[in-house]
Amino acid sequence: MSAVTSDSPSFGRRLAGFGRTLISPRGAVFLLLIVLLVAITVLNPSFAEPGQFIRFVQRVAPVAIVAIGQYFVIVGGEFDLSMGSVVTAQVVIAGNLIGQDESKSIPVLLFMLAFGAFIGLVNGLIVTLLKVPSFIVTLGMMLALLGATLYWTGGAATGNPADGFRQIGRGGIRDIPVIEILPWSVVILVVILLVAIWFARRPFGRTIIALGDNPTAASYSGARSWWVKTSTFIISSLSATVAGVLLVGYAGVHPSVGRGYEFTAITAVVLGGVVLGGGRGWVVAAAAGAFALEALFTLLNFAGVPSTYRDAVQGFIIILAVAYAATTFRARRRGSALETSAGAQAEPKEPDAAAASARPAPIPSTQRADNETKGGS
Amino acid sequence: MRRRFTVASAMVGALALMTMAGCTTDPNVGSPTDASAPAAEEEEVEWFDQELFDKQDAERGVTPEGPEGQPWLQHINAEMVDTSQYASAGAKKACFANASISNPWRQTGWITMNQQLQVLQEAGAISEMETRDAQDSDDTQIADIDYFINEGNCDVFIISPNSTAAMTPAVERACDTGKPVVVFDRGVQTDCPVTFIHPIGGFAWGIDTAEFLIDNLDEGSKVVALRILPGVDVLEQRWAAAEKLFDEAGIEAVDYFTGADPTEIKKIISDELAKGDVHGVWMDAGDGAVAAIEAFEDAGVDYPVMTGEDEMSFLRKWEETGLTGLAPVYSNFQWRTPLLAAQMIFAGQEIPKEWVLPQSPITEDERAEFLAANEGMPDGHYAKFGGEDLPGYPQVWQDRVIP
Amino acid sequence: MSTATTTSAPPRRPRRRRLDASLIVGIALVGVIVIGAILVATVGRNFFSAGNIRDILTGMSVLGFVAIGQTFVILCASLDLSVPYVVSLSSLIAADLMAGNPANIPVAVLAVLVVAALIGLANGLIVTKLRVNGFIATLGTGLIIKGYLDTNYKGTSGEVPWEFQLIGATGVGPVPVSTLIMLAVAVAGAFFLARTRTGNHMFAVGGNEQVARLSGIRTARPLIIAHMLCSITAALAGLLLASRLGVGSPTVGTQGGYDLLSIAAVVLGGTLLLGGRGSIWGTIGGVAIFAVVDNVMSVMQVNPFLKDVVRGIVIVAAVAVYTARVVERRRPRFTGSGSDRAPESVEGGGGIAGGGTGAGNAGIGTPGVERRQEEQA
Repeated sequence: MSAVTSDSPSFGRRLAGFGRTLISPRGAVFLLLIVLLVAITVLNPSFAEPGQFIRFVQRVAPVAIVAIGQYFVIVGGEFDLSMGSVVTAQVVIAGNLIGQDESKSIPVLLFMLAFGAFIGLVNGLIVTLLKVPSFIVTLGMMLALLGATLYWTGGAATGNPADGFRQIGRGGIRDIPVIEILPWSVVILVVILLVAIWFARRPFGRTIIALGDNPTAASYSGARSWWVKTSTFIISSLSATVAGVLLVGYAGVHPSVGRGYEFTAITAVVLGGVVLGGGRGWVVAAAAGAFALEALFTLLNFAGVPSTYRDAVQGFIIILAVAYAATTFRARRRGSALETSAGAQAEPKEPDAAAASARPAPIPSTQRADNETKGGS
Repeated sequence: MRRRFTVASAMVGALALMTMAGCTTDPNVGSPTDASAPAAEEEEVEWFDQELFDKQDAERGVTPEGPEGQPWLQHINAEMVDTSQYASAGAKKACFANASISNPWRQTGWITMNQQLQVLQEAGAISEMETRDAQDSDDTQIADIDYFINEGNCDVFIISPNSTAAMTPAVERACDTGKPVVVFDRGVQTDCPVTFIHPIGGFAWGIDTAEFLIDNLDEGSKVVALRILPGVDVLEQRWAAAEKLFDEAGIEAVDYFTGADPTEIKKIISDELAKGDVHGVWMDAGDGAVAAIEAFEDAGVDYPVMTGEDEMSFLRKWEETGLTGLAPVYSNFQWRTPLLAAQMIFAGQEIPKEWVLPQSPITEDERAEFLAANEGMPDGHYAKFGGEDLPGYPQVWQDRVIP
Repeated sequence: MSTATTTSAPPRRPRRRRLDASLIVGIALVGVIVIGAILVATVGRNFFSAGNIRDILTGMSVLGFVAIGQTFVILCASLDLSVPYVVSLSSLIAADLMAGNPANIPVAVLAVLVVAALIGLANGLIVTKLRVNGFIATLGTGLIIKGYLDTNYKGTSGEVPWEFQLIGATGVGPVPVSTLIMLAVAVAGAFFLARTRTGNHMFAVGGNEQVARLSGIRTARPLIIAHMLCSITAALAGLLLASRLGVGSPTVGTQGGYDLLSIAAVVLGGTLLLGGRGSIWGTIGGVAIFAVVDNVMSVMQVNPFLKDVVRGIVIVAAVAVYTARVVERRRPRFTGSGSDRAPESVEGGGGIAGGGTGAGNAGIGTPGVERRQEEQA
């Protein structure tokens, strides 16, 4: 009897449940994003025009893609600090190898993807086989790759490559009703996001999350942890490569393109509620974190906040967002941590099947209520 | 649980208030510091030096003296100094403390300097040049200079300081060794070096560019100023002069820091275009100029009136788009002069105490000539590099192998 | 009885392994010096000349101060990325307050240390009370300080009187005074970790926070103190830089890359990124290795871009050698039946799961805590 009634909760209940999800740490980033977008639109109403908005999405695309890649690494319990250098290296490779010869676009693109996968493979193998902390490996890779790139080009790339290649980042499908142009970047972003969501639900994706949550249990359950971890690094380097391809179009070729991307990616992922140390998080939230971060920067641009204050505001928002997630989430979990582990999700079950299906099933993890944010208190 | 939540929220709120207050006054720093640290408005005036401004303004109009067609040996309003005390025969060892080669302008200059070194080595004036690169760090450069003093066996010190005030003690120590010291590019706050080589200066750049924009725009027009970094005196002086002139002419100028990142530049311009019209773009260095122009293309609006720099990427894009523009110059050929000055010092010749090199922007009429002369050069190359008569031209600059 | 034989073997091995572990960095340093001396001789210089030794020791001093503080923080399983900005801020406050007058020196130094302590306190509180991960918390506070610096300081400022400049400029023979001060601080730090209660608690909190809490330790306090000490040592670095430069500079901290390099030096010195094990002397060894490598590359006039490549490779290789050795020598957890070596080496995000130097300097004081840590590892 109760099963029948629980099949169709009232609309009000679903709305309340949705609202609660929105202010929970899982949904907090979406709330933040909505608030920021509304604020931008208030300051500059033309922002809400479809044409303008789609351009906003176009310029967030590289950051969001990089955030998605970093998501897999962080949820697996590691860091990837080399992403910025990978972006720079790929951008410079594209500029130097393609030159003005459009026919080279496809071969060079394939080479870039192979190179990106190679870098990820090297990172992953050193982390898993040589047991060096990922922070250190990717730090070393960041320095070495950037140095090697600058050495190869003598510090400045030859220039922007052929327009055909740049169209990927700069152009799009024109003459579409309402939005005028659908940039290729947006298309690529949507495709990658869908692939990421699908991937996270696959057994391999879930193994990544399991590995981040509890490596011992994961390896006991038969996962080849070295391969799973290495693949997360390959994913993140590939995502940096794709971002590089988009940036070649958007920004052009310059050695300072991509600098600091790793910190932006980590910030976006953390804003999205993914816990540093692994095991928890939703990939869409990570992408939403990237959007929220860019929306914040855009808001500061529109609000006319002097350039020099921006960093302070950014730092403050980051701390606030993560503190919010940590304190409220912990508050909830603390109450139920002493009860059954399976019922530890004190938050209401997600009302929509669609929303729930993308998230991993609640993993009956060990009672690490206090130890969630590894490396913190 | 609720109490925890309350406590957490209270702390977050307190932090918020503190940080908000921090935007105006710093809660961490007590009053004595506030008194001695100048207020924000004063800071901007601090970079503006009326005397230097007037001096450089005057220098713009002076015809330089020196060999025709060799601007790196020309000087303006020079007060000569006697170097006979240093005269001696034989090849000398030069020790060069370089601030860095972290931007295309410095890389181009460094390549040119090495080619110039080859000429002097063949002439027997310089035996070798040992270089230590500080990678943009004041601390490292001070250590480099001290190393040269202790271990370098140097006959002449050539220094391109990373920053003005911080490098002064180290330069003074170098002077104390009794060997000649040549300083170029950025200066130091002592006149113990034998000569200080530099083009006219940042204020002249600011005047050239601001006047160009003012002439080509109406009053009330909007100009977006793209600046690379705060705190670098050669760049700050450019903006200080330009801002003053824009103010006086009624041009609305708003400045942003870009870090020379083309992505940032594009975003800034796009946002500005979304807010309203942008009639002019001012840059304190030409790196990333192309991204700025492309932002206008992407938005589908008219090209602005623009000042960039003599970097090839800007010159080429300028020609391609036909916009109204000017390429100010921070003479890259100044990288040739220090070694030549060293040669002259050891020959006992008179050289200027403050060697002011010519600095004249590339106008639209001159552009074609420079483009043709530098046709195969990479985009990061600088048109006024002054190395056309050096060995290895044009191959060395085209290949851009950093020595 | 079998237990008697098995218990007789372990007591001797931990002691020998502890010695070996802290010797590894020393051996690596000696190796690097030998190779460096040979390379330097090939360009006709003497590695051991007074000027060269001075160059190396000077290069060690500033990073040494920052790395000592970073050791405390990493021992507590946190990170401090705000150090470059604290360094810059300290140099500015010091130079501004001194204003060329030697009588102001004590006031200036005191003010700088107080400000740094407050910043460290803020960091510590955000990490403990707001439950924000150390990476994010200090990234945020670093950005806030950066915003303050960018807004209020457009260039170098202040003036350091000659008497204070002497600290950065003079030496006892080839050994700079600044290095002597840094070594004194290192001795104090090592003593603090080994002999005081709070120092021992840092190992406990870093090793396993829950166990430490259950053992009756107030886990927040050591963490906050660690952050305060880190900021204070960063302030000392800033004072040293002010002395060398003669002015305060808002960019001097970021110029040196002190955040990532100090973390790399700490990890190179044998401290686990996940906390709980480490030593100050290992860190000093790591800093020395960096200084020697940099010196040799400068003397050989290596292309600056290649210097970064070498630095990156050295960081990864040195840590790889270290962790590989330690993992090899890991003593079996359960002798006889059910020895579970494999999972432990996977755990912990690629860090060192066990063995190793242990509380190398804690020596006598905490066998109990250390044993508990190993059981939980």
